[in-house]
Amino acid sequence: MAFFLQNVVNALQAGSFYALIALGYSMVYGVLLLFNFAHGDIFMVGAYVGFFVTTGALLLVSTLGLVALPGWVVLVLVILVAMLITAFVGVAVERIGYRPLRQAPRASAAITGLMIGIILETGNLALLGATRLSFPELIQTTTYTVGGVTLTNKRIMIVGVALLLMFALHQFVQRTKWGMAMRAMAYDFGVVPLMGVPLNSIAALTFALGSGLAAAAGILFSVAYPVLNPYMGITVGWKAFVAAIIGGRGSILGAALAGFLLGFIEIFVAVIFASTYRDLIAFSIILLILIFRPHGFFGEAHTSRLRL
Amino acid sequence: MKKVTISFIVMLLLTVGLAACGAAAPSGATDTIKIGINAPLTGDIPKVGEGTKYAAEMWLEDIKAAGGLDVGGKKYNVELVIEDNEAKAESATAVTTKLISQDEVLVMVGPQSSKQAVPAGEVANNLKTLMVSPWSTNPNTTLGRPYVFRTPFLDPFQGPVLVNFATKEFGATKAAVLYDVASDYPKGLAEFFKSAWEKLHGEGSVVAFESFTTNDTDFSAQLTKIKDSGAEVLFAPQYYNEVALIVQQARELGYEGPILGSDSWGSAELMNLCGDACKGLFFSTHYAAAGATGATKAFIDRYNEKYGYVPDDVGALTWDTMLLVQKAIQDCGKITGDIAVDRQCVRDAMANIKDFEGITGSMTFTEEGDPIKCAVIVKISDAGEFEFYKQVCPE
Repeated sequence: MAFFLQNVVNALQAGSFYALIALGYSMVYGVLLLFNFAHGDIFMVGAYVGFFVTTGALLLVSTLGLVALPGWVVLVLVILVAMLITAFVGVAVERIGYRPLRQAPRASAAITGLMIGIILETGNLALLGATRLSFPELIQTTTYTVGGVTLTNKRIMIVGVALLLMFALHQFVQRTKWGMAMRAMAYDFGVVPLMGVPLNSIAALTFALGSGLAAAAGILFSVAYPVLNPYMGITVGWKAFVAAIIGGRGSILGAALAGFLLGFIEIFVAVIFASTYRDLIAFSIILLILIFRPHGFFGEAHTSRLRL
Repeated sequence: MKKVTISFIVMLLLTVGLAACGAAAPSGATDTIKIGINAPLTGDIPKVGEGTKYAAEMWLEDIKAAGGLDVGGKKYNVELVIEDNEAKAESATAVTTKLISQDEVLVMVGPQSSKQAVPAGEVANNLKTLMVSPWSTNPNTTLGRPYVFRTPFLDPFQGPVLVNFATKEFGATKAAVLYDVASDYPKGLAEFFKSAWEKLHGEGSVVAFESFTTNDTDFSAQLTKIKDSGAEVLFAPQYYNEVALIVQQARELGYEGPILGSDSWGSAELMNLCGDACKGLFFSTHYAAAGATGATKAFIDRYNEKYGYVPDDVGALTWDTMLLVQKAIQDCGKITGDIAVDRQCVRDAMANIKDFEGITGSMTFTEEGDPIKCAVIVKISDAGEFEFYKQVCPE
C-alpha cells in the first residue's frame, strides 16, 4: 500500500509539470487555432530566467549585506519575476513569429514554431555554452515519512503551486473581461474580432499567460531536477503537447487533467513493466483514448464551438 | 531502366574521379601531420569534450615548443582537427568519416563515450585508420577491429572490481542497478556488474535491475521500486549530469544505502551539479587526482594552472592517448606522404607498444587493442575531492 501511495505521490509531481505546460498549448490552440511548438522551449527559457533571477537575487543579498529573506519567500518572488519576464518572451515570439503568419496556412505557423524552438535552444547554447547549470537550492529539503510514504517539502510545494496556478488561470478566464474576450475568441476566431474584440491584444495576452505558466513549470522543474540544459524542454514539451491533445484542444480543465493522467500512466507503467516500455505503453494508451475520443476528453470538432 | 543505367555510370565515374583525386593529391601534406579529435564539445556531456580538447591542446603546445614532431630525424608540423560529435552516435560516425576522408587525418583520437566510440570504431576500421578512444570502456569498441585501440581498462574488468569492492566494503549481498538502456556504456557495464554479482551471491541477488532512457530526468518510479526491493547497495553507471539527479532523488525518496559509481562519474563537473548529496560515495576510475605523484602530479598542476580546475580522468586519459599516438608515429619511423601506407605503419607501430608508462598507469596492448592496466577506487571526500581509496589490478 505504501508502495502504491508512494508512486501516486511520484505521479502527482510528474503530472504537475505536464499539466502546467499543456495549459499553454491548449490556450493558444483554443484562441488562435495553432499549436505553438516553441512552447517546450519557452519552458526551458523560463527555467533559465529563473536561474538568473535567483543567482542575481542571491548575489545582491550577499553583496549589499541585506537581511536574507527566507528561502521560500525568495522562491515565490523568483517565480513571479520569471513568469513576468518569460511572458514578455512569449509575447515577442507571438509578435515576431506568428502574427505575420496570421493569414498563412497552418503548416507555415507550425514550421515557424519548430524553428523558433531551435533558435531558442541553439541561441542558449551559443550564449551560455554547453556546460550544465545547477539550480541554486533555495529551500532545504525536509523529508517527512507518513505511513511508509516519503514526502518532501519540495514535492508538496510543487504540486501545491501547480494547482494554485491552474485555479488562478481558471478564475481569470471565467471571471474577468479579458478572460471573456479569450473565450469569445475561442468560440469564433473569425467573427468575434469584427465585434470589436482586439485580436492582436488577445493573442498577445494568451501567449503571455501560457508562457508565464511555462516559466513557473520551468522553475518548479528546476527545483525538483536541478540540472539545467538547453534541450530540457524538448521531451517534456512534446509530452505536454500530447496531454493538451488528449485533454481536448482548447480545454483548460482537460489539459490539466490529461497532464496528471500522463504523469500517472508514465509512473505506473515504469512500476508494473520494465521502464524501457514506459513511453511505448504510455503512448499506446493515449492512442487508444484518441480512437474512442478523437477530440480528447473535453474537446469538440473544429467546426463546432471550442471551449476555453 | 535507361535512367538507372545512366545515373549508375555517372555515380561510378564520380566515385572513380574522387578516388583518383584522393590518391593523386596528397595535398602537400608531407610536412604536416594531421591528428583528428572526435569529441563531445556540446550535447549531454560537454565537460568531457572540454577535457579532451584541453589535454590535446596542451600536448600540441609541447610539440610546438619542440619545433615539431620528430619522425625519423625530420621535424613535422602537427595540426589538430577538433570536431564536435554532440555526444550522439550518428554525429560521431559522420565526424569520423569527415576526419578520415575529407581532412585526411593520420590518426583519430576519440570518440570518448562508448555510445559514440562503438559505431565510430566500425567506420575507422573500415577506412583502415588508427582510432584510439581515450575513455570508452565497452568491449565492443575494439572487438574484431584491428585498427581500433583504447587507453582505459574494460568494463568486464571494471564490473567485477566494483562487485568485490561493494561486497567487502559494505558487506552487501543484495544489489540494485539503475542504468540508461539506450546508451552502450551504462548498458554494458550494468550487465557486467549484474553477472559478476550473481556469480558471487547467487541467482536473484540483484534484486532490482531498473532502466531508463537518455534525457530522462525523473527516476522516482524506478527508485521507489529499488527502495522497496531491499537492496543494500545501488549501482548507477551513469554520466555526471544524471548522477546528480539520481543521487538527489534517491535520498529524497528515502533510500539510505550506499550508491556506487563507475569511471563516468569522474568529471570535474560532478560536484558542481550534485553538491553535498554525492559526498562520501565511491566510484571506480582510472586515476585519482588528490594525492597524485610524479608525472601525474606534474600534469595535474599544469592543467590546473592553465584552465583553472583539476583535470578529470578524461583529461588524463586523453593526455596518455596523445603520447601513445606520438610514440606510435615516431616508432613508425617515416612519413611517406601516401596516407594509406602511413596509416598502416602507425597502426602496426601502435600494436607493438610495450609497457608504456602513462600517467594513468602502465599499458601493454592485447591482440584486441585493449590495455592491461589497474583500476582505482575513489572516495568523494567531504571537501568534494576525488580521493584515492584503493587500487585494484588484474590478476
